[in-house]
Amino acid sequence: MTAQEVAELLIARFGTAVEAAPVEIHPGVRVTPEAWPAVARFLREEPRLSFNMLRCISGLDLHPEPQIELVYDLIAMRAPTAADGLWSNGGELAVRIRVARDGGSVPSVWDVWRAAEWHEREAYDLLGVGFDGHPDLRRILCPDDWVGHPLRKDYEFPKEYQGIPSAAAAAEGEGGCGASG
Amino acid sequence: MRGKRVSGAERNRQGMEDKLLQGRPDVLVEVDRDRAGGGLRTEEMLVNMGPQHPSTHGVLRLMLRIDGELVLECTPHIGYLHRCAEKIGENVTPVQFIPITDRLDYLAAMINNHGYSLAVEKLLGMEVPERGRYIRVIMSELNRIASHLVSFGAYGLDMGAFTPFVYAFREREYILDLFEQVCGARLTYSYLSIGGATQDLPEGFPERLAQFLDYFEPKIAEYNNLLSFNQIFVKRTAGVGVISAADAIAWGLTGPCLRGSGVKWDLRKCVPYDIYDRFEFDIPVGLPGGVGGAPREAVVGDSWNRYYVRILEMQQSVRILRQCLQQLPSGDFRAKVPRVLKLPAKETYLEVEGGRGQVGYLVVGDGKAVPRRVKIRGPSFCNLSIASHVCRNVLIADIAAIIGSIDVVMGEVDR
Repeated sequence: MTAQEVAELLIARFGTAVEAAPVEIHPGVRVTPEAWPAVARFLREEPRLSFNMLRCISGLDLHPEPQIELVYDLIAMRAPTAADGLWSNGGELAVRIRVARDGGSVPSVWDVWRAAEWHEREAYDLLGVGFDGHPDLRRILCPDDWVGHPLRKDYEFPKEYQGIPSAAAAAEGEGGCGASG
Repeated sequence: MRGKRVSGAERNRQGMEDKLLQGRPDVLVEVDRDRAGGGLRTEEMLVNMGPQHPSTHGVLRLMLRIDGELVLECTPHIGYLHRCAEKIGENVTPVQFIPITDRLDYLAAMINNHGYSLAVEKLLGMEVPERGRYIRVIMSELNRIASHLVSFGAYGLDMGAFTPFVYAFREREYILDLFEQVCGARLTYSYLSIGGATQDLPEGFPERLAQFLDYFEPKIAEYNNLLSFNQIFVKRTAGVGVISAADAIAWGLTGPCLRGSGVKWDLRKCVPYDIYDRFEFDIPVGLPGGVGGAPREAVVGDSWNRYYVRILEMQQSVRILRQCLQQLPSGDFRAKVPRVLKLPAKETYLEVEGGRGQVGYLVVGDGKAVPRRVKIRGPSFCNLSIASHVCRNVLIADIAAIIGSIDVVMGEVDR
């Protein structure tokens, strides 16, 4: 099913809460934050759609616009029908949700796709987006006492962290190849 | 083991049985009887496993809530290797970002180069010459073998077998030599770049690759004899850490972890990218006990199957590589790439089948030479997220078996 057909199906059911987002080479739908949990469940459970895997949640800071756009990349993995047992691609979709930069939040969908749990924590950590109903919303990649959200466009690099000046850290640079195994 | 052995009925009175019977009743009852210190009263305790524990494959910290030998809860803490690669991606051009992609999954750096190049090319609408595309597939598949070899060897180490590690690194060394011949680097290659490869294959490379394949293929049987069907290894891994197909999909598992759960899904076949639709190869999946040579104790989705899928995948990569050598065309290895690449105001998301699962790149351009946003989906990040779900009501020793079978590379978890 193409993204356009999915959009039509969703608009027929959810009305104005959903609109098509025919972004070139990355098409999908735009959803309001309020409608998102119901739309998410429908995307996953409706047999014609069955977007059973959440691949990625990307947050795009739209600064200077006061908004952050979350992009949920979904794929429908169809169970095999032929004897070779090969699963097939039932369609891909990018769901877009805009949220206010300052104190904005969207409902969590961790109970629809369990994969969302960590992805949402990452978006919270690096972009400062809230996820209502998330069971364990805390920083995941940065330390708990980190200040700010690094992937915001107006993020200021800290001068120091716990008394360690960051210029020195920058001079040290990348640690090389990294240990294997 | 101290204390008097007590009967099952007595233990039941002590209230231990309830706790032990959750999760994996078959194994736990056996464990309880033979290993868990028969009836000795224990207290819950919090233990940090890592961040420098040898069997966590890098800087991963697992917070375990344990009761004797039993793990009641396992919470992964990650981020020790976080360098905010995505922020770097917003500040450098795509060509400059290629060396950063090397440092995500540093055991399969070629595939990371490949994925990011494909994403940027999709954004630019750039066509890569045929020879360049074959070079990329050759490098990706060779790197997949090298990556699976590390996984195989290190997993043996986790399970107390030292020899397989030495065998795996012996063969991997030949692959690293081949990589050194094409680009001078042995781990972080930056060889595949926007438009193709940075240079052509050196003289005599196809012959040396063919030689390697002839040498390597019989070794796989050796690995099976040495480790895969070793009774001790099977006892440690078969039936341990079972992930159902539904759970694997819900948690976003990909790669060998997903296929180990019996889901025949591989991007190279199901959503073919680049030229993978030109090759014949099979997709190995997890096997139930006693089927297709799997040991009697195996269960679809257990640690043994996640391990064994990788062994079978090496065989398939050899097949792809042989076909590549047959079809390898002459011509340009790289498209004409302008000195300054202006990324159009478009957005794309693209995934490739990496060593550990689907490596995804979201790239957003806005008419400048540097992207507005680069988002990386590290497959190990999603694969690891299921750890707290699976590592529940298992033994401490099983943690090493489960985390090892998930085969995480922290460079790509933390990015």
